[in-house]
Amino acid sequence: MKYLQLIWSAMFRRKTRTIFTLLSVLAAFLLFGLLDSVRSAFASAASSVAGVDRLVTVSKISFTLSLPKSLLSGIEALPGVAKLTYANWFGGIYQDPKNFFANEAVADNFFDLYPEWQLSAAERTAFHNTRTGAVAGESLARKFNWKLGDKIPLQATIFPQKSGGNTWTFDLVGIYRVSNPKQKNQESALFFNWDYFDEARAFGNGNVGWYITQVSDRTLAQQVAQAVDALSTNSDHETKTQTEQAFNAAFVSQYGDIGLIVGAIMGAVFFTLILLTGNTMAQAVRERIPELAVLKTIGFSNQSVLGLVLAESVLLIVLGGAIGLVLAGVVVDAVRAALGEAVPMTRVGASIWLRALGLMVLIGLIVGALPARRAMRLRIVDALAGR
Amino acid sequence: MPASRLRRFSALIGSLIGAAGAIALLLLSPWWLLLAALLLLGLWTLLTRVGRQAWSVTEVGLATIPQRLGASSVVVVGIAGVVAVLVALLAMAAGFEATLKQGGSDDTAIVMRAGAQTEINSVLDHDSANLVAQAPQVLRDAQGQPIASAELVLVASLPKKSSGLDANVELRGVGERAWSLRPHVRIIDGRKFGPGLREMIVGKGARQQFSGLDIGSTLKLNGQTWTVVGAFDSDDAHDSELWADTDVVAATYRRGSSTAAVTVRLTGADAFDAFKAGLASDPRLTVDAKTTRGYYTDQSAALSKLIRVLGITIASIMAIGAVFGALNTMYAAVATRSREIATLRAIGFRALPVIFSVLLETMLLALLGGALGAALSWVIFNHYTVSTLGQNFTQVVFAFQVSPALLWTGLKWALAIGLIGGLFPALRAARLPVTAGLREL
Repeated sequence: MKYLQLIWSAMFRRKTRTIFTLLSVLAAFLLFGLLDSVRSAFASAASSVAGVDRLVTVSKISFTLSLPKSLLSGIEALPGVAKLTYANWFGGIYQDPKNFFANEAVADNFFDLYPEWQLSAAERTAFHNTRTGAVAGESLARKFNWKLGDKIPLQATIFPQKSGGNTWTFDLVGIYRVSNPKQKNQESALFFNWDYFDEARAFGNGNVGWYITQVSDRTLAQQVAQAVDALSTNSDHETKTQTEQAFNAAFVSQYGDIGLIVGAIMGAVFFTLILLTGNTMAQAVRERIPELAVLKTIGFSNQSVLGLVLAESVLLIVLGGAIGLVLAGVVVDAVRAALGEAVPMTRVGASIWLRALGLMVLIGLIVGALPARRAMRLRIVDALAGR
Repeated sequence: MPASRLRRFSALIGSLIGAAGAIALLLLSPWWLLLAALLLLGLWTLLTRVGRQAWSVTEVGLATIPQRLGASSVVVVGIAGVVAVLVALLAMAAGFEATLKQGGSDDTAIVMRAGAQTEINSVLDHDSANLVAQAPQVLRDAQGQPIASAELVLVASLPKKSSGLDANVELRGVGERAWSLRPHVRIIDGRKFGPGLREMIVGKGARQQFSGLDIGSTLKLNGQTWTVVGAFDSDDAHDSELWADTDVVAATYRRGSSTAAVTVRLTGADAFDAFKAGLASDPRLTVDAKTTRGYYTDQSAALSKLIRVLGITIASIMAIGAVFGALNTMYAAVATRSREIATLRAIGFRALPVIFSVLLETMLLALLGGALGAALSWVIFNHYTVSTLGQNFTQVVFAFQVSPALLWTGLKWALAIGLIGGLFPALRAARLPVTAGLREL
């Protein structure tokens, strides 16, 4: 620590060069922050801890096919099943296809299985009692400026009404909140009553999209999943049951390998960065050879000179990188504020910072290694003589 | 003192505005304008005295590059990285768009239930499908039958080769007129499926991405065994699909006589408006008609726009980093050559040749970097095949398309970065005080 002043003044010996290098490092870590935020959003959607005790049962052929409601009593009777509910994808459009959000018809007890979604008792009762009632997440309601009591018309894309109409109008009777900031993206869905949906839709009546089972003990999950699938083996509606977490992971992976794309881009960026800062450090050491020789003359050991140069290059990268990451945090927050919390970007939090800091120190050491070795091996006589 | 500071400040602002204008011009201008500018520049260096001076100074500068190879390679590699990432991402967007759009034309139309955005969401009953096919604007073949195919679109889960995880693949039940409706679809391996049999043919993209789709292999769908008997190539989104006889698919999935959508060949592109109006005014039908070009454009618009915006954002941030790298390198180059530049000024060279030489040197390095990056992305990514989730909740297989236009865009970005990275060091070189430069050891 006592050498910080020395390292600092050595770093800013050439102000312009150091500032330009810092700005390049800043740009690289700004990009790292943004891309890693997107990558972790996809990764956490695939591996959130929530949902390990919930099982999703869909048609084995494809989750777009529906299942008969007759499975309900069979699954309910299985040992290890604590709660059971069902839902169906609706896919309605609010005003414009661009305003996409998830909207589903759900059974009356649906919210019992999702205790992490907070809905007041009064709103629960209202949802139960209002045939055309709907409940929306807080982020979604804020985005479209919905208030309790509003009428929300959705254009059906899959399910027209029996009456021939294509517009379903729901009454907003509740708004749920998710307190965990990592799961805020779950606040952008709308749910409405199963009974209204099933009676009014033109076809598919009596079928459900998927079942959600809560197991009494999460260690039973595998066993219950197999028992559920066994109910329909060799029927014409075989099912596939997996934990909600596994289901989400499989769905996300269908978008493509986000990690690979991000990795390739960051590889290109960091390769360039190492070359660039390596060049800066080499120049800095070359210019300072007489000074380093003086340091050695007054008693600095070879190791401390090595340490000084390495510390300088690490400090250079960490300084630029930290500013870049702070900037990335600001940008991510701004994007999330502008586009709503459903955008696939996590806040730049501790885990991203930790990864970035690790990278900064690593790159700093790689970049400083050669110049530092040169400084260490300097022979005082040669260096002072300018040889 | 304040006066000279003010002058320097206004000079900086002036050069910033000039650089911004030049970059805007560079990025917007077509190739022939740049070629003309290059020719004029060449003539200038050949024919005028100042031009010849500028060229000889540049030659000296270029000759010293081998002495500062490390620093110069920062410019080249930095810019190569920007251009490679930019071109790769734009090529991805272009490939996705082209794959979907190729399937569309103005003289074929797709009819779905009103309100449905995609085929997977649409259901048409048998009577509606027949009514649509009988519309007067539908072209008829030699036997007098309308060229229309009532198709069922369903989703099957198959393991992907890359991850081993199940992903969705589109299973399309097609009618017997599908072949005259889409004459560009050809069998590349095996044979067509037999009518009424549980046989299917697979698109070449699907065969590449999913395992278990080789000819002769069997797969189980809804408890029934299907045989793969052939592979087809359509050069559009259908490449990601499995095709089978629509009646057999309907029976397997218990769809009765309903279908998802009817695709028809019209008598001409101009017949579409009458076709759409005719369907809309028929009280027995609640359907929407779109040209297939319109349908596939809608499907590709959102994702390809997203990839483009992402690509330009990422490349812009990288470009900022590369600009500072280039600035560093060129300032250092000017500093090491300050004595030489001062000597030139002392023996009568004007400022312009000096500015020109530094700028040209940077631009040449940038051009080299841009060419390297463009070549890299062309070699690695042209025809690189990936798949993603399309609008039908199924995998769409597509290949990156690195076109000459994209390579040209990449080169323009490289030149723009070189221009900013070279301009300020060039101005510094021109302003070097001659006496101080000469005294420097």
